[in-house]
Amino acid sequence: MKKILLAGVALMALSAFGIESRADDIKQGGSMTVTYKDDVSTLDPAIGYDWQNWSMIKSLFDSLMDYEPGTSNLKKDLAEDYTISEDGKTFTFKLVKGVKFHNGREMTAEDVKYSLDRVTNPKTQSPGAGFFASIKGYEKMADGSATSLEGVTVVDPYTVKIELSRPDATFLHVMAINFSSIVPKEEVEKYGADFGKHPVGTGAFKLAEWTLGQKLVFERNKDYWNKGLPKLDQIVFEVGQEPVVALLRLQKGEVDVAGDGIPPAKFLEVKNDPNFSKLIVEGGQLHTGYLTMKVTMKPFDNLKVRQAVNMAINKERIVKIINGRAVPANQPLPPTMPGYAKDYEGYKFDVEGAKKLLAEAGFPDGFETELYANNTDPNPRIAQAIQQDLAAIGIKAEIKSLAQANVIAAGGEPDQAPMVWSGGMAWIADFPDPSNFYGPILGCSGAVKGGWNWSYYCNKDIDARATAADSITDPAKKGEREDAWKGIFLDVMKDAPWVPVMNEQRFTIRSERLGGPDAIFVDPVHIPVHYDQVYAKDVQ
Amino acid sequence: MISYIARRLLQSLLILVGISVVTFALLYLLPADPARQIAGRSATAETVANIREQLGLNLPFYQQYLRYAAGLVQGDFGRSYLQKTEVSELIASRLPASLLLMAGAITCELLLGITMGLVAALRRGKPADHILMLVSFVGVSAPQFVVGIMILYVFAVTLGWFPIGGYGTFAHLVLPSLTLGILGAGWYARMMRSSMIDVLRQDFIRTAHSKGISGRAVIWRHALPNAILPVIAMIGIDIGLFMSGIVVVESVFGWPGIGQLAWQAIQRVDIPIIMGVTLVSALAIVIGNFIADMVTPFIDPRIKLR
Repeated sequence: MKKILLAGVALMALSAFGIESRADDIKQGGSMTVTYKDDVSTLDPAIGYDWQNWSMIKSLFDSLMDYEPGTSNLKKDLAEDYTISEDGKTFTFKLVKGVKFHNGREMTAEDVKYSLDRVTNPKTQSPGAGFFASIKGYEKMADGSATSLEGVTVVDPYTVKIELSRPDATFLHVMAINFSSIVPKEEVEKYGADFGKHPVGTGAFKLAEWTLGQKLVFERNKDYWNKGLPKLDQIVFEVGQEPVVALLRLQKGEVDVAGDGIPPAKFLEVKNDPNFSKLIVEGGQLHTGYLTMKVTMKPFDNLKVRQAVNMAINKERIVKIINGRAVPANQPLPPTMPGYAKDYEGYKFDVEGAKKLLAEAGFPDGFETELYANNTDPNPRIAQAIQQDLAAIGIKAEIKSLAQANVIAAGGEPDQAPMVWSGGMAWIADFPDPSNFYGPILGCSGAVKGGWNWSYYCNKDIDARATAADSITDPAKKGEREDAWKGIFLDVMKDAPWVPVMNEQRFTIRSERLGGPDAIFVDPVHIPVHYDQVYAKDVQ
Repeated sequence: MISYIARRLLQSLLILVGISVVTFALLYLLPADPARQIAGRSATAETVANIREQLGLNLPFYQQYLRYAAGLVQGDFGRSYLQKTEVSELIASRLPASLLLMAGAITCELLLGITMGLVAALRRGKPADHILMLVSFVGVSAPQFVVGIMILYVFAVTLGWFPIGGYGTFAHLVLPSLTLGILGAGWYARMMRSSMIDVLRQDFIRTAHSKGISGRAVIWRHALPNAILPVIAMIGIDIGLFMSGIVVVESVFGWPGIGQLAWQAIQRVDIPIIMGVTLVSALAIVIGNFIADMVTPFIDPRIKLR
């Protein structure tokens, strides 16, 4: 599975009011062309989890919740309103009336229930099923003993009630994620496993044409319930286009958005070219690149060794290697994430100090180990920089540069891959909440064979605190919850299972004829671009 | 003759079975676990186990292979893990593009190669010969990725004569065919040159000259038809070279063929697609060789099939 390599949060929280007041003056119409290297695998919202289909699915389907364009602020979408019970365990959603699927049928509460039942049914093979674990009855769905979620009830055609088995502060985010998109039962049953090739939703666009391996055409849903959207009449996605070629075509005016961004090798050239540089939009993203140390393997079971490695890595130099497309990191959370500790200084780069610690740990002459890394540029170069830094304190690391799936497989074994550089498959948040940076990659639940916690770090005490933090559902106690998470990540750093290395920035290049606030081109949620909000300047 | 054909067909079938076993085994030995890939990073161990069972990935190797082979016999290549589509459908939708590119590339390499070889043979030992052989050497050795990008940059971006990658019209076909053709052209130029030189040494050419036929007529009517046949018979064998070339060239030019499909699948370890494309390519190579063997006796009556 190609992970969503880059996900993010915009640095600039553009006020939603600003966008809406301008929306009225913008005429609908026009077309844009977007390119991607890889083919689109599926447009089934329960299954799609790729870089290229993520935002496409968001344009074809709607969920109960969404985010203000260009920001990570939650807003209501298909939910006209919602209420949360005192104990934080019951959510009642009122649906917007008169919303129609692309096939003309009205969407009702039954569809919400059906969609949640479908995504949690193991037969669907949804990679996102785990996000719904807090809904009452999830376990029975997972083990196959039920086909319907006990906790989801249709109150009336426009009201749905969702009960949770435990308080979950992230639940509204879960209701905004692609996997909880509302799908019509009759269409899913009609196409079966091929629903992903014949998607029918309530979204702003509908699929008009799909030529496998070549292109997809989205056309405007004229009956879209959210008036004024989308702003374009048509989007053409051309797939199978190498990023370098896409860039050349963009230069010629044949392409409007190069979906895969700017290839690393071309970055400086493009950035310094006056014709190009004005087309680039830069945004932050919820990404951290890190180096894991497997605490279940010697000598990384020794805290002093892990701390020494933390002090040995020259992060500034690594940032230079990727042409300054990132900022050095000192903790797991990226700076734009709630709960980030601004005043924390982390482990300082100190070769002598690192050597001293290593000697104290009983390795005055260092040791030999292996460093696993993804084999796509620039990751092998970064791995080499790490290798040199480790050599400076006597650690001889052999680089294993492999395909992404193979690195992930080795990382998930308790006795393999003592060190893993996360670049090219790094953790990016599925939704903008600090809890999303803990469980699978630092918590005990991820420290299993095939899991994503490649350091196999498991601290029961911290796990308990994480569960407690996610039980704070009262919006008034948001600050308290963020502080709890801040403390959790700082205590993780005391155990030093990772070296947090850097937080990548995201760059989108788009043609001059596209209009819309910069923030929607580096949208933190509608990744890479918020298609519904883009307008064509040539029809204004 | 018939027993020869039967024997060759049986051999071809055995080769294909062998390739399928070896490829299947290599992919089986990869450390990546398809079930985990499908399940995604937030999946529980239970979900992964469930998927593994649904796909039959928990079975021992030979059973997995037999399951796959049983499907193959019925034309079922399985379902892509990540593309979520029937592999046969993916290959079928992309095969016409690859065949078109193959036709274009063969045209390019024959036109270029035969012309270059002919000129070199007629100017043997002269500067034109040396230059052409140097060019063919570069054509054979240059990495297609580099050649493709250079051709794309010069003819499409700078000069604007052709579209920058893509598929659909004749203009789209020219540059990728040329890129693929340059490699083959190098081989054909060398083959054509030596074949022509061989023919020119033959007695019947000397006879033709001594009969007073003009030098041009000797070359066009007598030497060329004899020299060109062995070269054309190479096309069948050339398919192997071509199949490896399309992976790179289709990716550079955004050409929606099976080479691009294979490249994307390899990067994401999508085993059913890798398997399917490998088998289809192997089939093409086997058929190409078979045809090459079959036509040889018609071209050179001295060769008999036994």
